[in-house]
Amino acid sequence: MNTVKGSVKPKRILILGSGGLRIGQAGEFDYSGSQAIKAFKSEGIKTILINPNIATVQTDPDMADVVYFLPLTVEFVARVIAKEKPDAIALSFGGQTALNVGLALEDTGVLKKHHVRVLGTPTKSIRLTEDRDLFANALRAINVPVAKSVAVTTVAAAKRAASQIGYPIMIRSAFALGGEGSSKINNQRQLMNRVTEALANVPQVLIEEYLGGWKEIEYEVVRDNQDNCITVCNMENLDPMGIHTGESVVVAPSQTLSNREYHLLRTVAQQVVRHLGIVGECNIQYALDPASLRYRVIEVNARLSRSSALASKATGYPLAYVAAKLALGYSLVDLQNSVTKSTMSCFEPALDYVAVKIPRWDLKKFKSADHTISTEMKSVGEIMAIGRTFTEALQKGIRMLGAGDDGMIANARPITDYMADITLPTDRRLLALAAALEDGHTVQKLHHLTKIDPWFLNQINRIVLEARSLKKAKLTKDSLRSAKQLGFSDQQIGRLIHQSAESVRRLRKRYRILPVVKQIDTLAGEYPAKTNYLYFTYHGTEHDVTHTKRGVIVLGSGPYRIGSSVEFDWCCVQAVKTIREQKRISIMVNCNPETVSTDYDISDRLYFEELTLERILDIVEFEHPAGVIVSMGGQASNNLAIDLQTAKVPILGTSPTDIDRAENRHLFSQLLDQIGLDQPTWKEVTTLVSAQQFAQRVGYPVLIRPSYVLSGAAMNVAFSAEHLMHYLQQAAEVSSKYPVVISKFIQGAREIEFDGVADHGQLKLYAMTEHIENAGVHSGDAHAVFPPQRTYLETIRRTKQRMRDVVKALNITGPFNVQFLAKDNQIKIIELNLRASRSFPFVSKSAKINFARIATEIMLGKSVSVDFKRFDLDYVTVKAPQFSYSRIKGADPILYVEMGSTGEVAAFGDGYQEAVLKAMLAAGYTIPEHKRLLISVGLDTHKASLIPFVKKLAKHHYSLFGTEGTATFFRKQGIKIKTIRKGAAVVKAIEGKHVDCVINIPRQYTHKELTDGYRMRRAAVDWHIPLISNVQIAKIYVNAICNLTLEDLTIKAWHEY
Amino acid sequence: MSKSVAPLRAELVLSDRTRFSGWSFGHEGTADGEVVFNTGMVGYPESLTDPSYRGQILTLTYPLVGNYGVPAPDQFESKQLQISGLIVTEYTSQYSHWDAQQSLGDWLRANGIPAIFGIDTRALTKKLRTHGVMLGRIIVEGMVVRGAIVDPNQRNLVAEVSCTKPVWQGKGKKTVIVVDCGVKLSIISNLVKRGIRVKRVPWDYNFVPELDQVDGVLISNGPGDPTSCVPTIAHVKAAFRHKLPMFGICLGSQIQGLAAGAKTYKLKFGHRAQNQPCVVEGTKHCILTSQNHGFAVAERTLPKSWQVSYRNANDRSVEGIKHRTQPWWSVQFHPEATPGPSDANVLFDEFVRTL
Repeated sequence: MNTVKGSVKPKRILILGSGGLRIGQAGEFDYSGSQAIKAFKSEGIKTILINPNIATVQTDPDMADVVYFLPLTVEFVARVIAKEKPDAIALSFGGQTALNVGLALEDTGVLKKHHVRVLGTPTKSIRLTEDRDLFANALRAINVPVAKSVAVTTVAAAKRAASQIGYPIMIRSAFALGGEGSSKINNQRQLMNRVTEALANVPQVLIEEYLGGWKEIEYEVVRDNQDNCITVCNMENLDPMGIHTGESVVVAPSQTLSNREYHLLRTVAQQVVRHLGIVGECNIQYALDPASLRYRVIEVNARLSRSSALASKATGYPLAYVAAKLALGYSLVDLQNSVTKSTMSCFEPALDYVAVKIPRWDLKKFKSADHTISTEMKSVGEIMAIGRTFTEALQKGIRMLGAGDDGMIANARPITDYMADITLPTDRRLLALAAALEDGHTVQKLHHLTKIDPWFLNQINRIVLEARSLKKAKLTKDSLRSAKQLGFSDQQIGRLIHQSAESVRRLRKRYRILPVVKQIDTLAGEYPAKTNYLYFTYHGTEHDVTHTKRGVIVLGSGPYRIGSSVEFDWCCVQAVKTIREQKRISIMVNCNPETVSTDYDISDRLYFEELTLERILDIVEFEHPAGVIVSMGGQASNNLAIDLQTAKVPILGTSPTDIDRAENRHLFSQLLDQIGLDQPTWKEVTTLVSAQQFAQRVGYPVLIRPSYVLSGAAMNVAFSAEHLMHYLQQAAEVSSKYPVVISKFIQGAREIEFDGVADHGQLKLYAMTEHIENAGVHSGDAHAVFPPQRTYLETIRRTKQRMRDVVKALNITGPFNVQFLAKDNQIKIIELNLRASRSFPFVSKSAKINFARIATEIMLGKSVSVDFKRFDLDYVTVKAPQFSYSRIKGADPILYVEMGSTGEVAAFGDGYQEAVLKAMLAAGYTIPEHKRLLISVGLDTHKASLIPFVKKLAKHHYSLFGTEGTATFFRKQGIKIKTIRKGAAVVKAIEGKHVDCVINIPRQYTHKELTDGYRMRRAAVDWHIPLISNVQIAKIYVNAICNLTLEDLTIKAWHEY
Repeated sequence: MSKSVAPLRAELVLSDRTRFSGWSFGHEGTADGEVVFNTGMVGYPESLTDPSYRGQILTLTYPLVGNYGVPAPDQFESKQLQISGLIVTEYTSQYSHWDAQQSLGDWLRANGIPAIFGIDTRALTKKLRTHGVMLGRIIVEGMVVRGAIVDPNQRNLVAEVSCTKPVWQGKGKKTVIVVDCGVKLSIISNLVKRGIRVKRVPWDYNFVPELDQVDGVLISNGPGDPTSCVPTIAHVKAAFRHKLPMFGICLGSQIQGLAAGAKTYKLKFGHRAQNQPCVVEGTKHCILTSQNHGFAVAERTLPKSWQVSYRNANDRSVEGIKHRTQPWWSVQFHPEATPGPSDANVLFDEFVRTL
């Protein structure tokens, strides 16, 4: 490696992470931050990381030298800077959060005061890209067209600008992540509403030319300080302008651009990036007229982004790593291509495949959420599919989403009412397009309705036509091969010809129609490359690689979604690292481009592939592995265990037979009875009548759920017979084929989680955490405390004893997680998972013992003895949920048995309150700046229990506001509290930011639309006012803000605890 | 490809008898040629009309071809299709583009060029990478061909693609002679749009007597082995006495090298891509270039009065040479791009400045 010229290499670099996963800013920044840390460390530079996202790989002990689990706010970062004295700061690896904090640090003079240099792109350039007016002016100076755009700060100015440009127009707010607060505006009335709302959150709003229907094209550009500039990847959105790129199907490279267009935009990208003075990586987005060479630059992101993560995985070019090296002053010519090991970084990858990204939405998880997709981002994750053709990749991609579909067509649940999803695009639009074509609508018509380029529609039509001919004609060797090349799964083909997937697979093998393994080498095969990055295709006659010797396969977690997120990727990365440490060959299978597990340097071999039985069997048949680990990637991969065992695939860890014993409710109940462990009374019902009878017998409320669920999907609580009937009729089917499980819903109980690792039925390692919220809040949405602070020792002892029995009875080997209810020293088991859990990274980092690694060692057959401190710690850790409700318009932001959070953060504290407050601040809560709180509590018992806390607030000079009943109640207790009437008045107070925090404790954990409570909660979310809707959280929060100030929260690194 | 009209089967047979089978989507006939690959992801209309591909069966490694159809001939690099045959993984006749005039398949058929889709082009590319370029033959179902594959390099490919008499193009105060060894039209348009009057002359045209009346010479790209361009090399050698600016592109660079006394050699599998990084010798300045050549100048044979000006960052081969004192220089890559990145387009500015 050459020495850096022209700049002094920093000695200590502060890296800002991106915090909890939320819509618009997800796991991609674990990838970019991790790569940056590796790049800096390889130079012998000391790295200091601030990121409260404890489930990330970048916060692992073998990554940054110093880790702070602290809120990413100016106050905390400034105090870390004062303490750590870094000489440089990296802002471009932690998304918009890091960038915003970095700019604020500069504005407040912190960077200057402590002599901290910003690495990579100068802040002056960042500001040019962030302030849309400055940006437009800068581009105008080099004659590059931008969308007509006027920055306004008042509603009146917005009106003037809009009539100047002409409706429809687009409004966007500056300094936003994922297009929040942007929308198409058709008339003045809409304009007034949206501008008023937007200006409440941001100082400036942009009124822009509407470019709906233009092609949306992106380029990822890299520039070094020698002015070398390359475009690593271009990408085309299948959904044209008008749909946020995070909501679009994105294809790399572009498919419908000619050489002239491709290189016109490439040349402009380089001009812009040079003019703006960017050093490192950036993303440029264009709108391109589908009927001429006219284009507009939409925006430039002067940082690593979701798109750059995608581009990196789509091309195999290590963008984040290279960007970090360039930030240190290296030139592209100095750096070798670390993927090929035979070429340089100064080149543009040539793809000989197609990469297709499809967003993963989870809107069903949010009651009353709006399912339309447009200029704001709502998706929670994404997959990337690789194929030699678009159709192959597209159909792979649908399966990768893990949403129950087998491809574009021939699914178990066909779409019938497709037109609505097409005309007003929803999260189902892609499949609706295929359904419409199947039903005889033409490509021309769909193009007219959607403005999607006919090329894409014709490709989808090929899939539809193939399905039609499969249905009609006899299956031949040629037609079977052709279907496989178009991306059909055995399951789809089987469904079309009324055969099982297994028999299609058998037939296929008889015909020797088998997929081949191809490498992603960035060079389209031009030079030999040592890449371990692989995919399968049916468009091939030879494998690029030969199988490994007794490798160990780890199944990944697929796309991020609610309930299965970066935590499982962390577990997979730990497993892979452990396998390599044990001198075994690690083989990773995953399809999520936002992950660290799919990084080129993590595993010995990476299959960027589907996590379907068909594909895993293909991989197993090719690799002949020593075993497959299914227990690290969450429920989706664990669900494959039994089928894989049936196919005689060696599964490492707990036997699939035992997994079945745990997941089959009847078998599990029998087992618990034998052990003498209690569980809430339950029954599997197949009729409405038996459901009612059971509920009557055990008493309401009852919990309703189908078996084999992931994070409580379709779960509900019924408080009355009326509720029960309503839900069961809504859930559509209650039948012998689709039984529903109903169980007694226990109120007022504490929830305890037990994470453990066992070896052949022996408990080796465990950690217990308690929830702050009482049972009834989904464990993913609850605040978790480690070690338990308020649970009786007797309860803890009993839990542990019973768990030893369970571990033994199920002969557990590897990771597991159990959830208990504890009430009056009695424990009841409510859930058991024979796999790693969402809380594995939290307990591992809290207890400072890596549960995932130890579990993997045991699964690999190593005998492990662990010595660990359980509860006698000098610190407390708290995990807090991260919500994205502001993105999900219409959804009721309430805690419930359904999981609604998109991520999590955690904090350490010397005491309980400190840890809670830090964690809450990291999740976006604030200490009320103007000490104004709005309280609205439904139940009198809750009101009564809150009396001492409300008194405390009053004593600490808080101005209190309450809705009618609440205010009257507390006033009677002698507390000074002003009344604000429910309905419009409350909403207005929130909109006007007359309160700093809303405490709204609803009556019951049910969803009801358009009540006053809902409007109040929704207003709080829409106007970015912290909302607390749980009584236990309200209490701890009040205690913490009254007892502690910001200065009381210590700045201690992880290793200092 | 729509299944409504069942395509005919077609085969590519290599000189080592390896067979790749797929389906025909071009002319239903046969073709012999030197099988080469290009890793560019866009620009098939430009590539297929590039005279440098004369005599070659072109394999595109990017698997989806035909998406945006074929534009009007003003975007072609010569008046006609130059390749002998085309090999792709997947072809679509359902193109979509505002300036497309016909499908790729129709265009190939109308011009008698066979083409195959359904080939594992990555496997083929790896074979060519390992064994070096090979001769090959395309046979569409039902055709019978006998005899050994004809080696196009036995023909005078440059003579086939060069103009036959001098042609004047453009207006301006300065005049440049373009020695047409198979010149891409965009090379000429790059000069014309910079206000240069171009006299395009055949490859073997003796332009030396006219050097007093012009301001510079450009030796163009073209197909095949540079050593077969004996008259051109002789003319360039003679032109060195005039000290006029002389710029060579691709084949023109090899001819300039040969005229200067250096030797050329055949690269194992050539550079045919749009992402070739070239570093300005002695600096850290790198540009991305479009390339299409099978021969290169051997560095150690370069006379002392010449030096390497550009070098391939990947395989370190010579990508540009220049005379140490005289305004004679050339590049192995294509500053006119089309297809490919236009990073090197400034070289035309530099050339025009020296006139």
